[in-house]
Amino acid sequence: MRQQALDMVHELARRDSRVVFIGSDLGPGVLDGMRREFPDRFFMEGVSEANIIGMAAGLAMDGYIPYVNTIATFLTRRCYEQLAIDLCLHNLPVRLISNGGGMVYAPLGPTHLATEDLAIVRALPNMSVVAPADETEMIRMMGVSLDLRGPLYIRVGKGNEPVVTGHVPDFAFGKAVPLRSGRDVVLISTGAQTGQTLKAADLLAEAGLSAGLLHLPTVKPLDRDAILAAAVATPLLVSVEEHTLIGGLGSAVADVLADAGVLKPLLRLGLPDAYPTGYGSQEYLLGQAGLLPGQIAARVQERLATLS
Amino acid sequence: MTVLDERSRYLRGLIIDALEGGGRGHVGSALSLVEIVRVLYDDVLRVRPDQPDWTDRDRFILSKGHGCLGLYVLLADKGFFPKEELLRQCKAGALLGGHPETHIPGVEASTGALGHGLNIGIGMALAARMQKRPSRVFVVLGDGELNEGSVWEGLMCAAKHKLSNLVVMVDSNKMQSYGRVEEVMDLGPLPVKFAAFGCAVREVDGHDVQALREVFAGLPADGDKPTAIICHTVKGKGISFCENDATWHHKASFKAELAGKMRAALETI
Repeated sequence: MRQQALDMVHELARRDSRVVFIGSDLGPGVLDGMRREFPDRFFMEGVSEANIIGMAAGLAMDGYIPYVNTIATFLTRRCYEQLAIDLCLHNLPVRLISNGGGMVYAPLGPTHLATEDLAIVRALPNMSVVAPADETEMIRMMGVSLDLRGPLYIRVGKGNEPVVTGHVPDFAFGKAVPLRSGRDVVLISTGAQTGQTLKAADLLAEAGLSAGLLHLPTVKPLDRDAILAAAVATPLLVSVEEHTLIGGLGSAVADVLADAGVLKPLLRLGLPDAYPTGYGSQEYLLGQAGLLPGQIAARVQERLATLS
Repeated sequence: MTVLDERSRYLRGLIIDALEGGGRGHVGSALSLVEIVRVLYDDVLRVRPDQPDWTDRDRFILSKGHGCLGLYVLLADKGFFPKEELLRQCKAGALLGGHPETHIPGVEASTGALGHGLNIGIGMALAARMQKRPSRVFVVLGDGELNEGSVWEGLMCAAKHKLSNLVVMVDSNKMQSYGRVEEVMDLGPLPVKFAAFGCAVREVDGHDVQALREVFAGLPADGDKPTAIICHTVKGKGISFCENDATWHHKASFKAELAGKMRAALETI
Protein backbone atom coordinates (compact mmCIF):
# COMPACT_ATOMS: atom_id res chain seq x y z
CA MET A 1 0.00 0.00 0.00
CA ARG A 2 2.88 2.34 0.79
CA GLN A 3 4.57 1.46 -2.48
CA GLN A 4 1.43 2.34 -4.41
CA ALA A 5 1.15 5.63 -2.54
CA LEU A 6 4.74 6.53 -3.37
CA ASP A 7 4.40 5.43 -6.99
CA MET A 8 1.42 7.74 -7.21
CA VAL A 9 3.47 10.65 -5.86
CA HIS A 10 5.82 10.14 -8.80
CA GLU A 11 2.87 9.90 -11.18
CA LEU A 12 1.28 13.03 -9.72
CA ALA A 13 4.62 14.83 -10.05
CA ARG A 14 4.52 14.05 -13.77
CA ARG A 15 0.99 15.39 -14.04
CA ASP A 16 1.46 18.51 -11.95
CA SER A 17 4.57 20.63 -11.50
CA ARG A 18 3.39 21.72 -8.05
CA VAL A 19 3.96 18.27 -6.56
CA VAL A 20 7.08 17.80 -4.42
CA PHE A 21 8.14 14.88 -2.24
CA ILE A 22 9.78 15.18 1.17
CA GLY A 23 11.02 12.16 3.09
CA SER A 24 12.81 12.08 6.42
CA ASP A 25 15.46 9.37 6.37
CA LEU A 26 13.71 6.64 4.42
CA GLY A 27 15.15 3.40 3.15
CA PRO A 28 17.69 3.49 0.33
CA GLY A 29 16.21 3.79 -3.12
CA VAL A 30 12.81 5.15 -2.09
CA LEU A 31 11.31 6.99 -5.07
CA ASP A 32 14.58 6.83 -6.96
CA GLY A 33 12.68 7.18 -10.21
CA MET A 34 11.18 10.47 -9.11
CA ARG A 35 14.51 11.64 -7.76
CA ARG A 36 16.10 11.03 -11.16
CA GLU A 37 13.25 12.53 -13.17
CA PHE A 38 12.54 15.52 -10.91
CA PRO A 39 15.64 16.10 -8.76
CA ASP A 40 14.46 19.60 -7.85
CA ARG A 41 11.21 18.27 -6.41
CA PHE A 42 12.63 15.39 -4.41
CA PHE A 43 13.83 16.06 -0.87
CA MET A 44 15.31 13.67 1.70
CA GLU A 45 15.86 15.78 4.77
CA GLY A 46 17.06 13.50 7.53
CA VAL A 47 15.57 12.66 10.89
CA SER A 48 14.05 16.07 11.47
CA GLU A 49 10.27 15.86 11.37
CA ALA A 50 9.67 19.30 12.87
CA ASN A 51 11.81 20.89 10.20
CA ILE A 52 10.25 18.84 7.43
CA ILE A 53 6.71 19.89 8.30
CA GLY A 54 7.70 23.55 8.56
CA MET A 55 9.56 23.33 5.28
CA ALA A 56 6.55 21.68 3.64
CA ALA A 57 4.40 24.52 4.95
CA GLY A 58 6.70 27.14 3.48
CA LEU A 59 6.69 25.37 0.11
CA ALA A 60 2.90 25.09 0.19
CA MET A 61 2.57 28.80 1.03
CA ASP A 62 4.33 29.52 -2.25
CA GLY A 63 2.30 27.23 -4.44
CA TYR A 64 3.66 23.70 -4.04
CA ILE A 65 1.79 20.57 -2.97
CA PRO A 66 4.21 18.64 -0.77
CA TYR A 67 3.74 14.92 -0.13
CA VAL A 68 5.59 14.04 3.07
CA ASN A 69 6.43 10.48 4.00
CA THR A 70 7.77 8.80 7.10
CA ILE A 71 6.71 6.41 9.84
CA ALA A 72 3.31 7.26 11.32
CA THR A 73 4.43 7.76 14.90
CA PHE A 74 7.11 10.23 13.89
CA LEU A 75 4.80 12.03 11.47
CA THR A 76 2.23 12.64 14.20
CA ARG A 77 3.52 12.60 17.77
CA ARG A 78 6.99 13.89 17.00
CA CYS A 79 5.85 17.02 15.20
CA TYR A 80 2.31 17.50 16.44
CA GLU A 81 2.71 21.21 17.03
CA GLN A 82 4.06 21.64 13.50
CA LEU A 83 1.02 19.81 12.15
CA ALA A 84 -1.26 22.04 14.20
CA ILE A 85 0.35 25.39 13.51
CA ASP A 86 2.38 25.14 10.32
CA LEU A 87 -0.15 23.06 8.39
CA CYS A 88 -3.58 23.28 9.98
CA LEU A 89 -3.64 26.87 11.23
CA HIS A 90 -2.42 28.00 7.81
CA ASN A 91 -4.70 25.44 6.11
CA LEU A 92 -2.09 24.33 3.61
CA PRO A 93 -2.29 21.51 1.03
CA VAL A 94 0.36 19.24 2.51
CA ARG A 95 -0.20 15.47 2.29
CA LEU A 96 1.13 13.22 5.04
CA ILE A 97 1.78 9.66 3.92
CA SER A 98 1.97 7.87 7.21
CA ASN A 99 3.68 4.48 7.16
CA GLY A 100 2.49 1.77 9.47
CA GLY A 101 -0.80 3.02 10.85
CA GLY A 102 -1.86 0.80 13.74
CA MET A 103 0.39 -2.09 14.70
CA VAL A 104 2.22 -2.73 11.44
CA TYR A 105 5.57 -2.42 13.16
CA ALA A 106 4.64 -4.94 15.85
CA PRO A 107 8.08 -6.56 16.13
CA LEU A 108 9.68 -3.17 16.72
CA GLY A 109 7.76 -2.37 19.87
CA PRO A 110 5.58 0.45 21.12
CA THR A 111 7.80 3.33 19.97
CA HIS A 112 6.78 2.42 16.41
CA LEU A 113 3.10 1.62 16.92
CA ALA A 114 0.72 4.31 15.70
CA THR A 115 -2.30 3.41 17.77
CA GLU A 116 -3.60 6.92 18.51
CA ASP A 117 -2.78 8.65 15.23
CA LEU A 118 -6.36 8.98 14.03
CA ALA A 119 -7.45 10.51 17.33
CA ILE A 120 -4.80 13.15 17.44
CA VAL A 121 -4.85 14.19 13.80
CA ARG A 122 -8.62 14.32 13.54
CA ALA A 123 -8.69 16.69 16.51
CA LEU A 124 -6.91 19.33 14.43
CA PRO A 125 -9.09 21.86 12.61
CA ASN A 126 -8.74 21.79 8.80
CA MET A 127 -7.06 18.36 8.81
CA SER A 128 -8.70 15.71 6.65
CA VAL A 129 -8.00 12.07 7.45
CA VAL A 130 -8.16 9.07 5.13
CA ALA A 131 -7.33 5.40 5.61
CA PRO A 132 -7.66 3.34 2.40
CA ALA A 133 -8.43 -0.35 2.79
CA ASP A 134 -6.17 -1.70 0.09
CA GLU A 135 -3.79 -0.85 -2.72
CA THR A 136 -6.53 -0.20 -5.25
CA GLU A 137 -8.24 2.28 -3.02
CA MET A 138 -4.91 3.90 -2.15
CA ILE A 139 -4.18 4.54 -5.83
CA ARG A 140 -7.61 6.05 -6.39
CA MET A 141 -7.40 8.15 -3.26
CA MET A 142 -3.98 9.48 -4.24
CA GLY A 143 -5.40 10.58 -7.57
CA VAL A 144 -8.06 12.57 -5.77
CA SER A 145 -5.66 13.93 -3.13
CA LEU A 146 -4.05 16.42 -5.48
CA ASP A 147 -7.01 18.77 -5.53
CA LEU A 148 -8.22 18.50 -1.94
CA ARG A 149 -8.19 21.66 0.13
CA GLY A 150 -6.06 21.87 3.24
CA PRO A 151 -3.83 19.29 4.93
CA LEU A 152 -4.47 15.57 4.54
CA TYR A 153 -3.37 12.68 6.73
CA ILE A 154 -3.09 9.37 4.90
CA ARG A 155 -2.95 6.26 7.08
CA VAL A 156 -1.03 3.52 5.32
CA GLY A 157 -1.31 -0.18 6.13
CA LYS A 158 1.35 -2.84 5.95
CA GLY A 159 0.75 -3.73 2.32
CA ASN A 160 -0.59 -6.74 0.49
CA GLU A 161 -3.96 -6.32 2.15
CA PRO A 162 -6.72 -8.22 0.34
CA VAL A 163 -8.31 -6.00 -2.30
CA VAL A 164 -11.85 -5.39 -1.13
CA THR A 165 -12.62 -2.22 -3.08
CA GLY A 166 -11.90 -3.54 -6.57
CA HIS A 167 -15.46 -3.02 -7.70
CA VAL A 168 -15.70 0.54 -6.39
CA PRO A 169 -15.68 2.92 -9.37
CA ASP A 170 -13.76 5.82 -7.83
CA PHE A 171 -12.64 7.36 -4.58
CA ALA A 172 -15.29 9.77 -3.32
CA PHE A 173 -13.72 11.90 -0.60
CA GLY A 174 -15.89 12.04 2.52
CA LYS A 175 -18.14 9.21 1.37
CA ALA A 176 -18.63 5.82 2.97
CA VAL A 177 -18.27 2.70 0.86
CA PRO A 178 -21.01 0.14 1.57
CA LEU A 179 -19.23 -3.15 0.95
CA ARG A 180 -22.06 -5.37 2.08
CA SER A 181 -25.61 -4.82 3.23
CA GLY A 182 -27.03 -6.59 6.24
CA ARG A 183 -30.13 -6.74 8.40
CA ASP A 184 -28.82 -8.10 11.70
CA VAL A 185 -25.77 -5.95 12.21
CA VAL A 186 -23.68 -3.38 10.36
CA LEU A 187 -19.94 -3.45 10.87
CA ILE A 188 -18.12 -0.17 10.38
CA SER A 189 -14.41 -0.10 9.71
CA THR A 190 -11.63 1.89 8.13
CA GLY A 191 -8.21 1.32 6.63
CA ALA A 192 -6.56 -2.05 6.49
CA GLN A 193 -8.91 -3.31 9.17
CA THR A 194 -11.70 -3.37 6.61
CA GLY A 195 -10.21 -6.52 5.07
CA GLN A 196 -10.26 -8.26 8.46
CA THR A 197 -13.77 -7.05 9.10
CA LEU A 198 -15.01 -8.36 5.77
CA LYS A 199 -13.76 -11.81 6.78
CA ALA A 200 -15.64 -11.40 10.05
CA ALA A 201 -18.78 -10.58 8.06
CA ASP A 202 -18.24 -13.79 6.09
CA LEU A 203 -17.99 -15.78 9.32
CA LEU A 204 -21.17 -14.17 10.62
CA ALA A 205 -22.91 -15.08 7.36
CA GLU A 206 -21.77 -18.67 7.81
CA ALA A 207 -23.40 -18.53 11.22
CA GLY A 208 -26.65 -17.47 9.59
CA LEU A 209 -26.43 -13.77 10.39
CA SER A 210 -26.90 -10.98 7.87
CA ALA A 211 -23.93 -8.70 8.55
CA GLY A 212 -23.44 -5.51 6.62
CA LEU A 213 -20.11 -3.72 6.23
CA LEU A 214 -19.71 0.00 5.88
CA HIS A 215 -16.15 0.98 5.01
CA LEU A 216 -15.17 4.54 5.90
CA PRO A 217 -12.01 5.38 3.97
CA THR A 218 -12.47 9.01 4.96
CA VAL A 219 -12.33 9.28 8.74
CA LYS A 220 -12.62 13.05 8.65
CA PRO A 221 -14.95 14.40 7.44
CA LEU A 222 -17.06 11.42 8.35
CA ASP A 223 -20.02 10.36 6.22
CA ARG A 224 -22.74 11.07 8.78
CA ASP A 225 -25.60 10.23 6.47
CA ALA A 226 -24.27 6.75 5.78
CA ILE A 227 -23.78 6.05 9.49
CA LEU A 228 -27.24 7.27 10.41
CA ALA A 229 -28.77 5.24 7.58
CA ALA A 230 -26.99 2.14 8.87
CA ALA A 231 -28.25 2.87 12.38
CA VAL A 232 -31.83 2.97 11.13
CA ALA A 233 -31.51 -0.26 9.17
CA THR A 234 -30.10 -2.58 11.86
CA PRO A 235 -30.36 -3.29 15.59
CA LEU A 236 -26.60 -3.13 16.19
CA LEU A 237 -23.66 -1.14 14.92
CA VAL A 238 -20.13 -2.41 15.45
CA SER A 239 -17.07 -0.27 14.87
CA VAL A 240 -13.80 -2.08 14.24
CA GLU A 241 -10.48 -0.29 14.30
CA GLU A 242 -6.79 -0.95 14.74
CA HIS A 243 -6.56 2.03 17.04
CA THR A 244 -7.18 2.97 20.64
CA LEU A 245 -10.85 3.16 21.54
CA ILE A 246 -10.20 6.72 22.69
CA GLY A 247 -10.89 9.19 19.91
CA GLY A 248 -10.76 6.96 16.87
CA LEU A 249 -13.35 5.64 14.45
CA GLY A 250 -15.69 4.24 17.10
CA SER A 251 -15.62 7.51 18.99
CA ALA A 252 -16.36 9.40 15.80
CA VAL A 253 -19.31 7.13 15.03
CA ALA A 254 -20.59 7.56 18.58
CA ASP A 255 -20.35 11.33 18.14
CA VAL A 256 -22.50 11.13 15.01
CA LEU A 257 -25.14 9.05 16.76
CA ALA A 258 -25.17 11.23 19.87
CA ASP A 259 -25.34 14.46 17.91
CA ALA A 260 -28.26 13.13 15.88
CA GLY A 261 -30.05 11.95 19.01
CA VAL A 262 -30.00 8.36 17.77
CA LEU A 263 -29.95 5.79 20.56
CA LYS A 264 -28.50 2.68 19.02
CA PRO A 265 -26.41 -0.09 20.51
CA LEU A 266 -22.83 0.46 19.35
CA LEU A 267 -20.17 -2.14 20.04
CA ARG A 268 -16.79 -0.52 19.71
CA LEU A 269 -13.95 -2.92 18.96
CA GLY A 270 -10.44 -1.55 19.06
CA LEU A 271 -7.39 -1.35 21.27
CA PRO A 272 -7.52 -0.87 25.03
CA ASP A 273 -6.01 2.17 26.71
CA ALA A 274 -2.62 0.50 27.08
CA TYR A 275 0.61 0.13 25.15
CA PRO A 276 0.64 -3.15 23.26
CA THR A 277 3.17 -5.66 24.52
CA GLY A 278 4.57 -8.84 23.13
CA TYR A 279 6.15 -8.05 19.71
CA GLY A 280 5.61 -10.94 17.29
CA SER A 281 3.58 -9.79 14.31
CA GLN A 282 0.76 -7.40 13.52
CA GLU A 283 -1.55 -10.37 13.44
CA TYR A 284 -0.31 -11.54 16.83
CA LEU A 285 -1.03 -8.16 18.41
CA LEU A 286 -4.42 -7.96 16.69
CA GLY A 287 -5.18 -11.34 18.23
CA GLN A 288 -4.14 -10.06 21.64
CA ALA A 289 -6.66 -7.26 21.19
CA GLY A 290 -9.43 -9.54 19.93
CA LEU A 291 -9.40 -8.01 16.46
CA LEU A 292 -8.89 -11.06 14.24
CA PRO A 293 -11.90 -12.02 12.08
CA GLY A 294 -12.99 -14.97 14.23
CA GLN A 295 -12.71 -12.91 17.38
CA ILE A 296 -14.64 -10.02 15.84
CA ALA A 297 -17.42 -12.40 14.73
CA ALA A 298 -17.60 -13.98 18.17
CA ARG A 299 -17.79 -10.64 19.95
CA VAL A 300 -20.53 -9.49 17.60
CA GLN A 301 -22.53 -12.66 18.23
CA GLU A 302 -22.12 -12.26 21.99
CA ARG A 303 -23.44 -8.73 21.80
CA LEU A 304 -26.30 -9.66 19.50
CA ALA A 305 -27.28 -12.34 22.00
CA THR A 306 -27.66 -9.72 24.68
CA LEU A 307 -30.01 -7.73 22.47
CA SER A 308 -32.43 -10.51 21.70
CA MET B 1 25.24 52.45 24.27
CA THR B 2 23.48 53.23 21.01
CA VAL B 3 21.54 56.50 20.96
CA LEU B 4 18.09 56.22 19.41
CA ASP B 5 17.14 58.75 16.77
CA GLU B 6 13.80 60.45 16.28
CA ARG B 7 12.31 57.70 14.12
CA SER B 8 13.26 54.98 16.58
CA ARG B 9 11.66 57.01 19.38
CA TYR B 10 8.55 57.58 17.27
CA LEU B 11 8.15 53.84 16.62
CA ARG B 12 8.56 53.11 20.30
CA GLY B 13 5.89 55.72 20.99
CA LEU B 14 3.55 53.74 18.74
CA ILE B 15 4.34 50.59 20.72
CA ILE B 16 3.44 52.38 23.93
CA ASP B 17 0.20 53.59 22.32
CA ALA B 18 -0.62 50.01 21.36
CA LEU B 19 0.15 48.69 24.84
CA GLU B 20 -2.08 51.33 26.35
CA GLY B 21 -4.86 50.86 23.81
CA GLY B 22 -4.86 47.09 24.00
CA GLY B 23 -4.25 47.04 27.73
CA ARG B 24 -1.62 44.33 27.45
CA GLY B 25 1.30 43.02 25.46
CA HIS B 26 4.86 41.81 25.31
CA VAL B 27 7.02 44.82 26.03
CA GLY B 28 10.73 44.07 26.30
CA SER B 29 10.86 41.74 23.33
CA ALA B 30 9.11 44.25 21.08
CA LEU B 31 11.39 47.10 22.12
CA SER B 32 14.56 45.13 21.40
CA LEU B 33 13.36 44.46 17.85
CA VAL B 34 12.54 47.96 16.67
CA GLU B 35 15.68 48.88 14.78
CA ILE B 36 15.97 45.45 13.12
CA VAL B 37 12.45 45.61 11.74
CA ARG B 38 12.70 49.32 10.99
CA VAL B 39 15.80 48.99 8.85
CA LEU B 40 14.35 45.96 7.08
CA TYR B 41 11.13 47.75 6.13
CA ASP B 42 12.71 51.16 5.50
CA ASP B 43 15.74 50.06 3.54
CA VAL B 44 15.90 46.39 2.70
CA LEU B 45 12.68 44.47 2.06
CA ARG B 46 11.19 44.56 -1.41
CA VAL B 47 7.52 44.63 -0.48
CA ARG B 48 4.43 46.49 -1.67
CA PRO B 49 2.08 47.57 1.13
CA ASP B 50 -0.74 48.02 -1.39
CA GLN B 51 -0.10 44.54 -2.81
CA PRO B 52 0.90 42.35 0.16
CA ASP B 53 0.79 39.12 -1.88
CA TRP B 54 2.97 40.39 -4.73
CA THR B 55 4.71 37.21 -5.88
CA ASP B 56 8.25 38.54 -6.11
CA ARG B 57 8.24 40.22 -2.70
CA ASP B 58 10.79 39.44 -0.04
CA ARG B 59 9.34 37.44 2.84
CA PHE B 60 9.70 38.53 6.44
CA ILE B 61 8.83 36.12 9.25
CA LEU B 62 8.84 37.22 12.86
CA SER B 63 9.49 33.78 14.32
CA LYS B 64 9.63 35.23 17.83
CA GLY B 65 6.01 36.14 17.38
CA HIS B 66 5.61 37.56 20.87
CA GLY B 67 7.57 40.60 19.71
CA CYS B 68 4.70 41.38 17.36
CA LEU B 69 4.19 44.97 18.50
CA GLY B 70 7.60 45.71 17.03
CA LEU B 71 6.34 44.38 13.70
CA TYR B 72 2.84 45.82 13.86
CA VAL B 73 4.09 49.39 14.25
CA LEU B 74 6.23 49.06 11.12
CA LEU B 75 3.44 47.45 9.10
CA ALA B 76 1.07 50.22 10.18
CA ASP B 77 3.65 52.89 9.50
CA LYS B 78 4.19 51.50 6.00
CA GLY B 79 0.45 51.45 5.31
CA PHE B 80 -0.29 47.71 5.34
CA PHE B 81 -3.21 48.56 7.64
CA PRO B 82 -4.44 51.71 9.42
CA LYS B 83 -2.53 52.89 12.47
CA GLU B 84 -5.77 52.97 14.46
CA GLU B 85 -5.68 49.18 14.51
CA LEU B 86 -2.70 49.36 16.85
CA LEU B 87 -4.88 50.82 19.56
CA ARG B 88 -7.27 47.86 19.52
CA GLN B 89 -4.69 45.07 19.58
CA CYS B 90 -5.78 42.01 21.54
CA LYS B 91 -9.36 43.30 21.88
CA ALA B 92 -12.34 41.21 20.82
CA GLY B 93 -12.82 41.53 17.07
CA ALA B 94 -9.50 43.30 16.52
CA LEU B 95 -7.31 42.81 13.46
CA LEU B 96 -4.21 42.42 15.62
CA GLY B 97 -3.69 39.80 18.30
CA GLY B 98 -0.93 39.02 20.74
CA HIS B 99 0.94 37.05 18.10
CA PRO B 100 1.12 37.65 14.33
CA GLU B 101 -1.35 35.84 12.09
CA THR B 102 -1.56 35.67 8.33
CA HIS B 103 -4.93 37.39 8.12
CA ILE B 104 -3.01 40.59 8.91
CA PRO B 105 -1.79 42.25 5.71
CA GLY B 106 1.99 41.90 5.53
CA VAL B 107 2.26 38.96 7.92
CA GLU B 108 3.72 35.97 6.06
CA ALA B 109 3.35 33.27 8.74
CA SER B 110 1.36 32.85 11.91
CA THR B 111 3.85 32.51 14.73
CA GLY B 112 3.82 32.52 18.50
CA ALA B 113 4.83 29.00 19.34
CA LEU B 114 8.60 29.23 19.09
CA GLY B 115 10.77 27.29 16.71
CA HIS B 116 8.52 27.37 13.65
CA GLY B 117 9.43 30.43 11.60
CA LEU B 118 12.84 29.36 10.37
CA ASN B 119 11.53 26.04 9.06
CA ILE B 120 8.68 27.72 7.22
CA GLY B 121 11.16 30.25 5.86
CA ILE B 122 13.32 27.42 4.52
CA GLY B 123 10.36 26.17 2.50
CA MET B 124 9.78 29.68 1.17
CA ALA B 125 13.44 30.11 0.27
CA LEU B 126 13.43 26.77 -1.57
CA ALA B 127 10.23 27.75 -3.37
CA ALA B 128 11.77 31.06 -4.47
CA ARG B 129 14.78 29.28 -5.88
CA MET B 130 12.70 26.60 -7.63
CA GLN B 131 10.43 29.25 -9.14
CA LYS B 132 13.43 31.40 -10.10
CA ARG B 133 12.07 34.35 -8.15
CA PRO B 134 14.38 37.01 -6.69
CA SER B 135 12.57 36.83 -3.34
CA ARG B 136 14.69 36.67 -0.23
CA VAL B 137 13.48 35.35 3.11
CA PHE B 138 14.29 37.08 6.37
CA VAL B 139 13.52 35.34 9.65
CA VAL B 140 13.94 36.90 13.08
CA LEU B 141 14.42 34.53 16.00
CA GLY B 142 14.73 35.31 19.66
CA ASP B 143 17.67 33.99 21.58
CA GLY B 144 15.32 32.21 23.98
CA GLU B 145 13.82 30.64 20.89
CA LEU B 146 17.18 29.09 20.11
CA ASN B 147 16.43 26.62 22.92
CA GLU B 148 14.08 24.86 20.47
CA GLY B 149 15.61 21.91 18.66
CA SER B 150 13.66 22.63 15.50
CA VAL B 151 15.84 25.72 14.96
CA TRP B 152 18.93 23.59 14.72
CA GLU B 153 17.19 21.04 12.50
CA GLY B 154 16.35 23.95 10.23
CA LEU B 155 19.86 25.35 10.17
CA MET B 156 21.26 22.00 9.05
CA CYS B 157 18.67 21.89 6.29
CA ALA B 158 19.28 25.48 5.18
CA ALA B 159 23.01 24.88 4.95
CA LYS B 160 22.55 21.60 3.08
CA HIS B 161 20.50 23.41 0.44
CA LYS B 162 22.92 26.36 0.31
CA LEU B 163 20.05 28.77 0.83
CA SER B 164 21.87 32.02 0.26
CA ASN B 165 18.51 33.73 -0.19
CA LEU B 166 17.73 33.03 3.48
CA VAL B 167 18.74 35.43 6.23
CA VAL B 168 18.42 34.24 9.80
CA MET B 169 18.56 37.00 12.36
CA VAL B 170 18.75 36.63 16.10
CA ASP B 171 17.35 39.42 18.23
CA SER B 172 19.90 38.57 20.86
CA ASN B 173 18.77 40.54 23.86
CA LYS B 174 20.30 37.99 26.23
CA MET B 175 17.05 37.62 28.16
CA GLN B 176 14.20 35.16 28.04
CA SER B 177 10.96 34.94 29.93
CA TYR B 178 12.36 33.69 33.21
CA GLY B 179 15.55 35.68 33.20
CA ARG B 180 19.01 35.81 31.66
CA VAL B 181 19.61 33.40 28.80
CA GLU B 182 22.98 32.61 30.29
CA GLU B 183 21.30 31.24 33.39
CA VAL B 184 18.17 29.63 31.91
CA MET B 185 19.88 27.84 29.00
CA ASP B 186 23.30 29.08 28.11
CA LEU B 187 23.63 29.32 24.35
CA GLY B 188 27.39 29.49 24.45
CA PRO B 189 29.28 31.17 21.62
CA LEU B 190 26.48 31.84 19.15
CA PRO B 191 28.65 32.96 16.21
CA VAL B 192 30.65 29.76 16.49
CA LYS B 193 27.50 27.66 16.68
CA PHE B 194 25.90 29.27 13.64
CA ALA B 195 29.13 28.95 11.69
CA ALA B 196 29.39 25.29 12.68
CA PHE B 197 25.85 24.78 11.40
CA GLY B 198 26.88 26.11 8.00
CA CYS B 199 25.91 29.77 8.08
CA ALA B 200 27.90 32.80 7.03
CA VAL B 201 27.82 34.75 10.28
CA ARG B 202 27.69 38.47 10.91
CA GLU B 203 27.35 40.29 14.19
CA VAL B 204 25.96 43.75 14.59
CA ASP B 205 24.66 46.18 17.17
CA GLY B 206 20.95 45.60 16.66
CA HIS B 207 20.09 49.16 17.64
CA ASP B 208 22.65 50.84 15.37
CA VAL B 209 20.65 51.75 12.30
CA GLN B 210 23.66 52.52 10.12
CA ALA B 211 25.46 49.34 11.13
CA LEU B 212 22.37 47.30 10.34
CA ARG B 213 22.10 48.92 6.91
CA GLU B 214 25.70 48.04 6.18
CA VAL B 215 25.22 44.40 7.14
CA PHE B 216 22.13 44.10 4.97
CA ALA B 217 23.93 45.81 2.10
CA GLY B 218 26.44 42.96 2.17
CA LEU B 219 23.88 40.21 1.56
CA PRO B 220 24.25 37.45 0.77
CA ALA B 221 27.30 37.19 2.97
CA ASP B 222 28.30 34.04 1.08
CA GLY B 223 26.77 32.86 -2.19
CA ASP B 224 26.70 29.25 -0.98
CA LYS B 225 25.40 29.69 2.54
CA PRO B 226 22.48 31.07 4.47
CA THR B 227 23.42 34.20 6.36
CA ALA B 228 23.05 34.40 10.12
CA ILE B 229 23.07 37.88 11.61
CA ILE B 230 23.40 38.01 15.36
CA CYS B 231 21.92 41.32 16.38
CA HIS B 232 23.10 42.30 19.82
CA THR B 233 20.20 44.10 21.43
CA VAL B 234 18.86 45.19 24.78
CA LYS B 235 15.56 43.84 26.00
CA GLY B 236 13.31 46.80 26.70
CA LYS B 237 15.65 49.11 24.78
CA GLY B 238 14.82 52.79 25.05
CA ILE B 239 12.80 52.73 28.26
CA SER B 240 15.33 52.80 31.06
CA PHE B 241 13.31 50.96 33.67
CA CYS B 242 12.31 48.20 31.24
CA GLU B 243 15.81 47.45 30.06
CA ASN B 244 17.15 44.03 31.02
CA ASP B 245 14.30 43.49 33.46
CA ALA B 246 12.52 40.15 33.02
CA THR B 247 9.38 41.49 34.69
CA TRP B 248 8.89 43.64 31.57
CA HIS B 249 8.75 40.62 29.25
CA HIS B 250 4.98 40.70 29.21
CA LYS B 251 2.29 42.74 30.89
CA ALA B 252 -1.12 41.11 31.03
CA SER B 253 -2.60 44.22 32.57
CA PHE B 254 -1.08 47.38 31.19
CA LYS B 255 -2.38 50.41 33.03
CA ALA B 256 -2.48 53.90 31.54
CA GLU B 257 -0.09 55.21 34.17
CA LEU B 258 2.56 52.79 32.89
CA ALA B 259 2.17 54.31 29.46
CA GLY B 260 2.77 57.74 30.93
CA LYS B 261 5.92 56.60 32.69
CA MET B 262 7.19 54.91 29.54
CA ARG B 263 6.58 58.03 27.44
CA ALA B 264 8.39 60.16 29.98
CA ALA B 265 11.32 57.74 29.99
CA LEU B 266 11.40 57.75 26.20
CA GLU B 267 11.70 61.54 26.15
CA THR B 268 14.73 61.52 28.41
CA ILE B 269 16.92 59.48 26.08
